[in-house]
Amino acid sequence: MIYPDSKTILEVRNLCASVEGTPILKNMNFTVKSGEIHAIMGLNGSGKSTFSKVLAGHPDYEITSGTVIFEGKNLLEMEPEERARAGLFLAFQYPIEIPGVGNSQFLRLMYNTVQTHRGKEELDPLEFDDFVREKMKLLEMREDFLDRSVNAGFSGGEKKRNEILQMAMLEPSLAILDETDSGLDIDALRIVAQGVNQLANKDNAIIMVTHYQRLLNYIVPDFVHVMVDGRIIKSGGKELALELESRGYNWVSDEYKAASRVAA
Amino acid sequence: MHSLLAGQPGVATSKQAWLNKLRSSAVESVSELTIPTTRDEEWRFTDLTMLTKVSLQPAQTSVKLSAADIQRFHIKEAENCLVFVDGVYAAHLSKIDNSLIILNNLSSLVDSQAALLQAHLAQQVASAGNVFAALNTAQLRDAAVIMLPRDTQAKAPVHLLFIATQKEVVSYPRTLLLADNGCEATVIEDYVSLQDETYFTNAVTEFVLADNARIHHVRVQREGVKAFHIANCAATLSRGSNYQSVNIAMGARISRYNLNVKLAEGAECSADGLAMISGRQLADTHTCIDHAQPHAISRQLHKCIVGGGAHAVFNGKIMVRRGAHHTDSEQSNHTLLLTDKAHIDTKPQLEIFNDDVKCTHGATIGQLDKDEVFYLQSRGVTHEHARNMLTYAFGAEVIERIPVASLKHSLEQTVLEQTSAKI
Repeated sequence: MIYPDSKTILEVRNLCASVEGTPILKNMNFTVKSGEIHAIMGLNGSGKSTFSKVLAGHPDYEITSGTVIFEGKNLLEMEPEERARAGLFLAFQYPIEIPGVGNSQFLRLMYNTVQTHRGKEELDPLEFDDFVREKMKLLEMREDFLDRSVNAGFSGGEKKRNEILQMAMLEPSLAILDETDSGLDIDALRIVAQGVNQLANKDNAIIMVTHYQRLLNYIVPDFVHVMVDGRIIKSGGKELALELESRGYNWVSDEYKAASRVAA
Repeated sequence: MHSLLAGQPGVATSKQAWLNKLRSSAVESVSELTIPTTRDEEWRFTDLTMLTKVSLQPAQTSVKLSAADIQRFHIKEAENCLVFVDGVYAAHLSKIDNSLIILNNLSSLVDSQAALLQAHLAQQVASAGNVFAALNTAQLRDAAVIMLPRDTQAKAPVHLLFIATQKEVVSYPRTLLLADNGCEATVIEDYVSLQDETYFTNAVTEFVLADNARIHHVRVQREGVKAFHIANCAATLSRGSNYQSVNIAMGARISRYNLNVKLAEGAECSADGLAMISGRQLADTHTCIDHAQPHAISRQLHKCIVGGGAHAVFNGKIMVRRGAHHTDSEQSNHTLLLTDKAHIDTKPQLEIFNDDVKCTHGATIGQLDKDEVFYLQSRGVTHEHARNMLTYAFGAEVIERIPVASLKHSLEQTVLEQTSAKI
């Protein structure tokens, strides 16, 4: 939702990033204010997943220029764990499996680590159990989910739900959902979207990175951005996603090239 | 000649002529053999020079231990426990409930079970050509003997605890398991130490599974840091039998484990392992899974976590003999090298003399996956802690296969401590 006096959560200015010397992000500009839901759409290779990983601090990407300010702090100087503790959350496209580490142990470790750094009390195992079970209801998750190893043997839908469960627990001020809809059937998509919608409020913001319009039927964005070749070339409202779905991406590129020629 | 091989003192003559003969022919084998060097193909990567330089004698005196001394090795699920101190059977520390199974030290069974013992003892692990097995048989006195009658189901695991207490001592742990048709049991073979001095454990373990027997074999090698540990284990599987083994190697300065599994028609085995070593440790695992007959299944997951300047060796041979149709075999070996100086020599060795088989093998060697470390960091966990957790998880995949909850838990705790992975 767009609120009149909302504060800026994320400000990306002229961001350039490369991997092994190959530029991927080329002058990315992007602003997110509290309460807003953004969708970044683009074809494979457009740089949209790179953008989400760069925000979360993946070590493979080298920032060659530009700035990213997250709630007044220089995000690019922070380690990935510091970003998480400061309130940035990335829901992974491919969450990892950790055999031998119980999901509930892992969730408690994650939760308590982040809470401690936010100056809040840790929860003991019993308190945590109540807390996590309450959050699990939001995502219609089965009880045995806590006893299994982290993501080991989870279906695609279960892994994604586990990601959103973590989001629900950490209450980030900025959540980035990287291809959260991929591999989900309609039921799972509905549950995941419902969870995300319940977590959205006027103090936080959400960025959805996606290839398809499908997710946006369930989580309705305030802004839709089209990413091509490492930068955002067009922004609009939710109707832009529908247009992309019906017309494809080429017209946006053509329009952008034409505008660039005029500008030159 | 090395002191290990010189003269074979002090094993009292048995009333059983076959046993005396077994020992004397082993003594003969020893006289024809030498300690292997790295020039021997089977020992290319494992240099035993250090072992040949120490003076070692069989235990001359016995150390009196109390139950309290070994309390920390207690496995609560085990209703039966045989304890051997420096290779010598300790009746007062053992707990035997003979109601379902026959379990005792060799000397208590050698007369009453002579025919079965004679038929199987030293028949799976031969003395010929194997100096360490020959030495063990030459010194054969005390041994853990487990006999499972037909169709018995031993719900509680049997714990065989071998404790090293004296320095510069060589011990010869020996185990024989005879599983009759259709029986089920879990056996834990556990090597521990109450000291950090140099000593040598030279173990031989023989498992014989009759038709449809199902045996879990958990082997834990947690010897002292200066110990030498060399073990030969063989399991012979009859029709439709099932042998599931998990071998955890964490201790000893130099360790070597030879496992040979021979599969009859329709038999099934898994031979999983984890070697977790650091400092200047060397852990060598040589396995041979022999598909001697059709329709047998084998699975193997062997993992190594190598830190410091440690050195791991894995040689996994899969043999599919002529006529062993419909063999189904999978082997994988994954190694995590934690430092630049850590080292692994790994070799899958498939010898297939048949067309109609399904054999797969795969090996990976590497560092921790960057994306996995990043995932944990993105959940607020520090880089170092993320690495430790993932190292732990790498090992836990094997430990999780141990079917004894308390042992599994205590080994997980050990790995957690060694990896400093607080969870």
